[in-house]
Amino acid sequence: MREASLRPGPAPAAATMGEPGPRGRFGGYGGRYAPESLVEACREVEEAFREAREDPGFRNALAELLALHAGRPTPLTPAGRLSRELGVRLYLKREDLTHTGSHKINNVLGQALLATRMGRRRLIAETGAGQHGVATATAAALLGLEATVFMGERDIERQALNVFRMRMLGAEVVPVTTGSRTLKDATSEAMRHWVGATAGSHYCVGSVIGPDPYPWMVREFQRVIGDEARAQCAAELPAGVPDHVVACVGGGSNAAGTFAGFADTTARLTGVEAEGGAGAARGRLGVLHGCRSLFLQDGDGQIVEAHSIAAGLDYPGVGPEHAHLRELGRARYVTVTDDEAVAAAVRLARAEGIVPALESAHALAWVIRAAGDGGLPAGSTVLMTLSGRGDKDISTLKELL
Amino acid sequence: MTNALAPGAVERHLRARRDAGRRLLMPYITGGVTPGWTDYLRAFAEAGADAVELGLPFSDPTLDGVTIQRASEAALARGVSTRRILAELAEAPHPGVPLVASTYYNLVLHDGPEAFCAALRRAGVAGLIVPDLPVHEADELADAAAAAGIDLALLASPATPQARLAEIARRSRGFVYAVSVMGTTGERAALAASAAELAARLRHGTDRPILLGFGISTPDQAREGGRHADGVVVGAAVMRRVLDGAGPDDLRAFIATLRRALDQE
Ligand SMILES: Cc1ncc(COP(=O)(O)O)c(C=O)c1O
Repeated sequence: MREASLRPGPAPAAATMGEPGPRGRFGGYGGRYAPESLVEACREVEEAFREAREDPGFRNALAELLALHAGRPTPLTPAGRLSRELGVRLYLKREDLTHTGSHKINNVLGQALLATRMGRRRLIAETGAGQHGVATATAAALLGLEATVFMGERDIERQALNVFRMRMLGAEVVPVTTGSRTLKDATSEAMRHWVGATAGSHYCVGSVIGPDPYPWMVREFQRVIGDEARAQCAAELPAGVPDHVVACVGGGSNAAGTFAGFADTTARLTGVEAEGGAGAARGRLGVLHGCRSLFLQDGDGQIVEAHSIAAGLDYPGVGPEHAHLRELGRARYVTVTDDEAVAAAVRLARAEGIVPALESAHALAWVIRAAGDGGLPAGSTVLMTLSGRGDKDISTLKELL
Repeated sequence: MTNALAPGAVERHLRARRDAGRRLLMPYITGGVTPGWTDYLRAFAEAGADAVELGLPFSDPTLDGVTIQRASEAALARGVSTRRILAELAEAPHPGVPLVASTYYNLVLHDGPEAFCAALRRAGVAGLIVPDLPVHEADELADAAAAAGIDLALLASPATPQARLAEIARRSRGFVYAVSVMGTTGERAALAASAAELAARLRHGTDRPILLGFGISTPDQAREGGRHADGVVVGAAVMRRVLDGAGPDDLRAFIATLRRALDQE
């Protein structure tokens, strides 16, 4: 079905979004810039992941968890009314309908299963919006593991609901008080903690960031979004593939998972970042949290604090594979403002009866803008990943609307 | 200060002192942490330091515990940058023992490894430690450092397998930085058992100077560390005092107690 659905066209490079090159490189990005104390732990994760993905037992167990617990496959929903308003044909890949309410669960179930296979009894995670923390706490409860989640104090305030959910699920939530008190600092703290806990714990990274093999492994666990969407598009769309594939980018995991399903097609790939957290669009080469990629920095090379109304996009960098896709010209990265995202969230709610996560609303905001200014030609088909639902953002929205 | 240290200066200096039977001491200071921070360098040397580790503060120190995080934050809050620290260093009298910069790789990449190493060299720095640059990623910086006459010291950890340890020891310059414990920088109640094991495993394959660091906080721990390795690095215990307001004279006294403990061995 997949082959037959392909439109003739220039064949994109076969290796795009395949295995990374030697030592976890995507072109000039990626790598394993971890403290020496973590290098062996990273190597063990890589070895376990390589074995697991070849093991039908692991693959079946994960597929079963995704189907029976996470509620996959998620639907591809045509956004009928909004499409008519915008003059493009918009399809939503509904990660908001997964158990726990965002795509984060896909990756976490994969990593939690891997941790079990490695004999680890505890998961360490960082979280911004709280969705990755909730997913980690959920998977830990499901598989009988412990979970410790690092979260910036500022995010703890604005995502109180998710903090409560994590605690209810039995996870320990550790407030991080350093720096911007958001995702960047929670990630640093989780890494520092992991250095002292490698023996019994698995660091469950929440996006396509971190030292090799994380950017690759997380993308592979999120690939299910793109693979499902590809098959669904093949069945639903006359052309088989959409003209445009759009997803929001924090670290970039839902976008990477989505793009992976379409990297070898003619679809144009667009990643949408928050204006104040545009690592791919405005970052410069650097190394942070274990990988070489694009990061927002000041003139002295200090990492700049990101600002977004969407806690999950409040990260000053982007995963290394996105830096590579951008350099190749295979994907483009654009930004939208907080206001545009909030307006888009309201518009989706009113037009389709779906309240999106503020992260996902960024992707929609760009679709709305591009449909208006010709960036998306009239009549074109657009697949957009709706990475999560807006329940967690209700209190933020309530203050604004 | 005009720099008088030729290529390989850190290693030559440390080897000579070690071979003369001396246990090595390398205290740490965060550059720019206080207005008169360069005065500490002199005080350290006068109290018997064999080299000084100079931290160039980074916004996201992923391998540092709370004390050095706070010191970095304090320095950055004062508006310092790598450029300014090196400029202040160049104006101060050289302490007379090698200076070894330590920082995260982002700051090295910012101007590029060549420019970064050249700037260190101009400011009179002779060595470099980059804790988030493991040996398998070190090629580009190792070449630039060698060309600039900067000794790039690599870190080894208790979790490092033996074959990799040998590679680290072989490719390290100046000394091998043996991380004593699986953890971040910061004071600890006792020297970890992993310190002795790691030093012994390293010693097995190299005669390059081995300095034990991370967690060494007291004269007793320094003495014990000096028994296992060629010497010790003392960071958080120094910086806690500096952050609490201790001046160069106070630190001179503290470093001197570490010196005496090492000399008793
Ligand atoms: C709903 C939702 N979408 C998107 C993101 C951004 O992450 P990524 O870019 O890794 O998909 C998050 C992160 O927390 C999220 O919760």
